[in-house]
Amino acid sequence: MAHAYTPGLKVLESTSVKKERRLPLKGEVLVDKGADVVPEKIVARTHLPGNVQMVNVANLLNVDAQDVPEFMLIDLGKNILKGDLLAETKGLFGLFKSEVKSPVDGILESVSKVTGQVVIREAPIPVEIDAYMNGNVSEVMDKEGVVISSNGVFIQGIFGMGGENRGDLRVLVDNREEELTEKMISNDMKGCVIVGGSHISLNTYKKAISVGVAAVVVGGFNYHDLEDILGYTLGVAITGSEEIGTSLIITEGYGKIPMGARSFDILKKYDGNFTSVNGATQIRAGVIRPEIVIPFNDVDDLDSIVMNSEGGITEGSLVRVIRSPYFGHIGTVTSLPHELQKMESETMVRVAEVKIDNQDFVIPRANLEMVETS
Amino acid sequence: MKKLQSILATDCGSTTTKAILIEFIDGEYRLRFRGEAPTTVEAPFEDVTRGVLNAVMEVEELSSRKLLEGEKIITPHKDNEGVDIYVSTSSAGGGLQMMVAGVVKSMSGESAERAALGAGSIVMDVLASNDGRKPHEKITRIRQLRPDMILLSGGIDGGTTKHVVELAEILKAANPQPRLGSDYKLPVIYAGNNKARDEISKTLGEQTDLTIVENIRPILERENLNPSRDKIHDLFMEHVMQQAPGYNKLMSWTDAPIMPTPGAVGSLIEMIAEEENISVVGVDIGGATTDIFSVFQNQFNRTVSANLGMSYSICNVLAEASLKNVLRWVPLDMDEKELTNRIGNKMIRPTTVPQSMEELKIEQAIAREALRLSFIQHKSFAVNLKGVQKERTISDAFEQSDSGLSLVNMMELDLLVGSGGVLSHAPRREQSARMLIDSFLPEGITQLAVDSIFMMPQLGVLANIDQKDLAESARKAALEVFNKDCLIRLGTCVAPVGKANVGDEILSVTLAMQDGSEKQVILHQGELLAIPAEYEPINATLNPAKGMDVGAGKNEQINTTVYGGVIGLVFDGRGRPFNLPVENDKRISSLNIWSNAMNEYPDEIK
Repeated sequence: MAHAYTPGLKVLESTSVKKERRLPLKGEVLVDKGADVVPEKIVARTHLPGNVQMVNVANLLNVDAQDVPEFMLIDLGKNILKGDLLAETKGLFGLFKSEVKSPVDGILESVSKVTGQVVIREAPIPVEIDAYMNGNVSEVMDKEGVVISSNGVFIQGIFGMGGENRGDLRVLVDNREEELTEKMISNDMKGCVIVGGSHISLNTYKKAISVGVAAVVVGGFNYHDLEDILGYTLGVAITGSEEIGTSLIITEGYGKIPMGARSFDILKKYDGNFTSVNGATQIRAGVIRPEIVIPFNDVDDLDSIVMNSEGGITEGSLVRVIRSPYFGHIGTVTSLPHELQKMESETMVRVAEVKIDNQDFVIPRANLEMVETS
Repeated sequence: MKKLQSILATDCGSTTTKAILIEFIDGEYRLRFRGEAPTTVEAPFEDVTRGVLNAVMEVEELSSRKLLEGEKIITPHKDNEGVDIYVSTSSAGGGLQMMVAGVVKSMSGESAERAALGAGSIVMDVLASNDGRKPHEKITRIRQLRPDMILLSGGIDGGTTKHVVELAEILKAANPQPRLGSDYKLPVIYAGNNKARDEISKTLGEQTDLTIVENIRPILERENLNPSRDKIHDLFMEHVMQQAPGYNKLMSWTDAPIMPTPGAVGSLIEMIAEEENISVVGVDIGGATTDIFSVFQNQFNRTVSANLGMSYSICNVLAEASLKNVLRWVPLDMDEKELTNRIGNKMIRPTTVPQSMEELKIEQAIAREALRLSFIQHKSFAVNLKGVQKERTISDAFEQSDSGLSLVNMMELDLLVGSGGVLSHAPRREQSARMLIDSFLPEGITQLAVDSIFMMPQLGVLANIDQKDLAESARKAALEVFNKDCLIRLGTCVAPVGKANVGDEILSVTLAMQDGSEKQVILHQGELLAIPAEYEPINATLNPAKGMDVGAGKNEQINTTVYGGVIGLVFDGRGRPFNLPVENDKRISSLNIWSNAMNEYPDEIK
């Protein structure tokens, strides 16, 4: 049987979810292998080197750079407080002295005889990493971080904004075609992960932000509304660090597109469960898609859950079209011809024959996405 | 000298690894087979050689020639097995990412940037003493970026050392960590004032892996880029590649050092310009970036427009060019919200292809703007050395000629080469020609070509083999394959420059064709004409109308030889500068007339 690999987002109802929690620099791991953790648990921490302030003492004292060391009042490696005297000239008979005060609290790191620059390093900046989701520490990377494992739901979106967030899942619509509206969002949804159907408008999303919703999961959003939220035009899909409070995960794409049936059904099934989400998206080599994780509380045996495998398209596969002119339609693959075929655009491509609503269509394989059914 | 019979070359791109097999048959080198496979730098494979083996296996299957013994490329060639040499380029894992620093941004800063770009790297930022940022801002920036390598320059030899040492102190305070691998020191190349070398060593010697090379700008009037470029290549191999997954193994397989992909393409463009003594512009438009290479007045320049591409950064083209500028190329009335959502969806699903003619036209409209913007960036970077004192005569004073003028002169341009998916794989070559003409707006007489299957990287590394016994044969192979299999000659564009009213006659041409026939062409302002002609010499007499210039000056006749190609000769009377009609109806009508003239789209859906 013909077979083709297509991109597909993971929509898995029960799988083993592993999340690496790694420090930006080596530091200290605070949990042991095998420990159970909650999302807020700090699992590793380190200190980034403090900020650096450079002060050109030679210029400020109006002396030669090579003479700067003799005017310094603080020794290398010693602490200094903001406003303390850092360097001073002797003046004339003790009068007309010039002085330089430290602009920050820190440690005197270096004094240059060539440039007259003095470097003061501020206190190290602490960095902590939490567990992100309920689970178990399955691996400890010495001085670098841990891997948290859990069994649960794992759903990838196509695009997201905002970083990690978590809260109780609240499905606010009856079906996957229904649009999420302002009226559906109330104050008691503060800190929740809310789910809509086909679309969320800019105003509704702003309402979610104002209420303090942790995250919104929905089928589609208008591309041009992103600018209003981000304050700039999103040119490249690299997100995650924006401070917007309410993360957004769209599962299908830009525009009004019903959420995939399988994603919607799973989210509906686990309505009310504690959920961790991450809107961070990076569509480049090393692709990162936004994710929704709903860890199970009552399953301990990691091996008892079988990981769904990603497969390719075969005849009979259920697929979704991911580009115009049939964008968003779902159909069944009836044939995967081997030969290249000419499209209306005259582009020669590998195609799939797909039955959509009892009509046959020929669609480039590159424009199809597998809809996982098991 | 060793005569090469067969050559295997790969290019490990960020998404695909491409392999080509070149063989010496019937007295000439030709491309025989090509294979490709997904690049495997990232999880779950994390070993670049897997993708290389998969691509080579495809070549093996197509050629029915055994190339692999287990997981090893068989060398040398023997009977119907193996190849004589194997070479590779790489841009996987984000390519080579550098930060450069110079004392004066427009002088040593720019020279350092030129050296880094010429070596094939992406320049993440240019630090300079006069860039307006405070030291702590520079330090924060260096820490954020985590480059693979830093090139530090500044000062002429024997000049003042203070400023360049100050930059070194900033680098030291920032203590930058390399992007890949946490256990090695960041490579820093110092290519500045030779008098400051001791101080630079004292400042950076312990904390970084410091290498000192000749000054990039020993005197104001001269740039000396090669020592820095060569050192960047060496360090790319020694450090950056060592950290990338699987590259140690790949390096042990290749018969010549692995080159960064854009470095290889650039060197090939440079070589073509040198061999034929012509001015060349080459462009590679990819999913994320657009690279432009040029050689004018024997000076090579390369720029990378990091976020102007056709998939990953397609929305950035929209943001930078504006929707209005993209839409002006679309011969349809479109709802703006619908269009932006469509383009957004291409960004988040970058591997999709245009199925309908409407989708294709939208993509090609965006490509025109991406190319146009990239070329604007290139023209502002490819300039004469700044800061050079020139003796000026009284006539110069009237011309206002100065340092820092762009080297790019479209009237002087001889050959424009396009590559990258949207140009190389356009369903009709006429579409590639139109995209090149509309976005680069060549003036006078310019040959057009596209890279058939994007094999310039592999040919570039082949042309750069240093080993004495292989160099000549490898270079010959690279040039022959480039001319016979890589370059598709589209034809020649003739575009008069000057002021005229729409409908005025601006050029009359007499063409003496190879079959002995003669053709007359009359070009009017606003017209675009295509005359079919093979890639063979055609004697042309070009008579520009009053006030028009086609290369020899206003009103000057030209007798020259032009070449056709798969499109033929294109006469572009749409004016330079080129402006589309403002009224929507007229704009759409003009676009359709020009498309018809070039036979760009099929009849039924024009």
